[in-house]
Amino acid sequence: MTDKNVLSGRGRIEITGFNPERVEQRDSLSGWSEEAGRATQSRWSRAWQRFKRNRSALLGVVVVALLAFLAIFARPIEVFGLTVQPFSLAPHPPGELLYFNHPGEGFTGDYQPPSMKAPMGVDGDGRDIFSRLLYGGRYSLSIGFIVVGLTAGIGLLYGAVSGYYGGWVDEIMMRIVDVIYAFPGLILSLIIVSMLGRGYTQLIIAFSLFGWAGYGRLVRGEVLKVKENEYVMAAKALGARDRSVVLRHIAPNTMAPLLVVASLRIGTVVIGVAALGFLGLGMPPGSAEWGTMLDGARNSLIRLDTGPKWWATVFPGTAIFLFVMSMNMIGDGINDALDAQQTGVGKGGDE
Amino acid sequence: MSLRRFIVKRLLAIIPILFGVSIITFGLVHLTPGDPVQQILALNPRAGPTEKQQLREQFGLAAPIWEQYLNWMKGVFTGDFGEVYRSRRAVSEVIYSRLPETLLLGLFGWVFGLVIAIPTGIYAAVHKDQLGDTVSRFVALSGISIPNFWLGLMLILIGSLTLGWWPVTAPKRAPLLSFDMLWYLILPGLTIGTAAASSIMRVMRTSMAEEMNKEYVTAARAKGLPERTVVLKHVLRNSLISVVTLAATLTASIVAGSVIIEQVFAWPGLGQTFIQAIRNAEYNLIMAITLFTGVFIILANLVADILYAALDPRIRYD
Repeated sequence: MTDKNVLSGRGRIEITGFNPERVEQRDSLSGWSEEAGRATQSRWSRAWQRFKRNRSALLGVVVVALLAFLAIFARPIEVFGLTVQPFSLAPHPPGELLYFNHPGEGFTGDYQPPSMKAPMGVDGDGRDIFSRLLYGGRYSLSIGFIVVGLTAGIGLLYGAVSGYYGGWVDEIMMRIVDVIYAFPGLILSLIIVSMLGRGYTQLIIAFSLFGWAGYGRLVRGEVLKVKENEYVMAAKALGARDRSVVLRHIAPNTMAPLLVVASLRIGTVVIGVAALGFLGLGMPPGSAEWGTMLDGARNSLIRLDTGPKWWATVFPGTAIFLFVMSMNMIGDGINDALDAQQTGVGKGGDE
Repeated sequence: MSLRRFIVKRLLAIIPILFGVSIITFGLVHLTPGDPVQQILALNPRAGPTEKQQLREQFGLAAPIWEQYLNWMKGVFTGDFGEVYRSRRAVSEVIYSRLPETLLLGLFGWVFGLVIAIPTGIYAAVHKDQLGDTVSRFVALSGISIPNFWLGLMLILIGSLTLGWWPVTAPKRAPLLSFDMLWYLILPGLTIGTAAASSIMRVMRTSMAEEMNKEYVTAARAKGLPERTVVLKHVLRNSLISVVTLAATLTASIVAGSVIIEQVFAWPGLGQTFIQAIRNAEYNLIMAITLFTGVFIILANLVADILYAALDPRIRYD
């Protein structure tokens, strides 16, 4: 080091050992990354991306959409005498007695195996099973979605209130849930339908009256977690009313697990409706609801005069199975998509 | 807090729940439209209002609703659940005579579920994302999606009508522990067990796979333990905790399942009695069976909680 060099450096701050390139390339000191920033920005769209890549879930969506399409377009729909939907994919109305309306075509008033004229056979009263199956989807699908929508909505409010207020309100509300949990849901629904009578509305009431309890408990647990977040305190500090804190800030953040459970519950409700129908406590006898069809076909198994009439039981059951299986595949897909979201970015789909 | 104090505390917490259970049971049956007197007298055209009133008083349905509830509860505490309106038999006697059949069926389904599900779950978790895992997951998903009563019908169709190995319905008037009955038990037992096995397997696989990613597994492997020991001794023990909870929750679905399955196979258990009672508006019988179910499920959950606390020393009892 010479004097000359010292003089030239006077008045300047000399920094040694600094390499700008290394700073740009090293790992970030905080956990923040652009990737993570994007993740919080669009939780739902990232979950959607993940869902779209899940093949079995997509297959489920296709099957459910197909079944819904077939049910809607099975027979024309009239609202107050006005035909809203004129198409009819099902060749016969669900209650039509083939031997009566189509005489001379070889139909009788008894079980007949699948043929060209009746691709899924004829049931014990002489009705076309294929037509009834398409039409019957209306009951199972609509009841399933309505019940789950209703119960999830009630459960969301119930759990949000219970978790947000805490204290004795929470204590009482959760003890009520405990009481409902002591009964299998199906048994409660059975008793309710038997007391109210058979029918569409009665079935919805039977499955909704207590069905919200599970969602209530789930949402409450989520709310307890969400409540601790700063944004809730910030909203309160800004003078937001309880109602708007619950509805705007807390409830939306409990949606992910609620959606998972709700999507998996649709199958349970549909099986429950069919089970009641099978016990003769669902839709009125003769209705084309899938479970009720199975109830009507049950005696075909016990009757031993001629060979087993498999088509009367195999097809309606397959319809229920197909729908529930697809719903569960969708539910699993939603679970994987949202779960990966919560446990961290970039993990495998089914971790 | 010691385990004993935890148990006592949980037992005390059950009292208000039992009270609520009794109210729901009673309220559901009594506050909704429908009337046993109407049903019984429907077949008798000569019955006038006086007969109806007489019958109502005889059944104890004439008093104000709260008095009926108190009378019922008084009976429940002394083990008297009233009598069946039509046959005049004591409700408790009817229940005890049908209980063994249902318990055996439920137990069969439950054990079958555990025996099938635990090894399959372990296999699936160890061979995650391989062919065996994919197949077993698909089977389990089908198992929880299949309506159990339809599975029953299909078993009858195949096992009884096509193969001819079983009779179409349960043998009539055979004692429970006879060969005929036990052989027939396989059909309804398999039906109930399928759903149980499928849901246990799904939980087993998820919790095993989750445990496999934990650090103690890496540590166990790093110190050179054979994979078999790591899986069966370390991982399995930890993932069984979540299975215990599920197995208890499953009692609820097994109870509900048996109600329908007994109907499919004409299995002479409590579930059939329950459906019969519902069709005949036999209030006392419906209430007693519902109450039994509620208490049974509460106890099952209590056992699960205690086992859970006993199995996992990390859980604090509060």
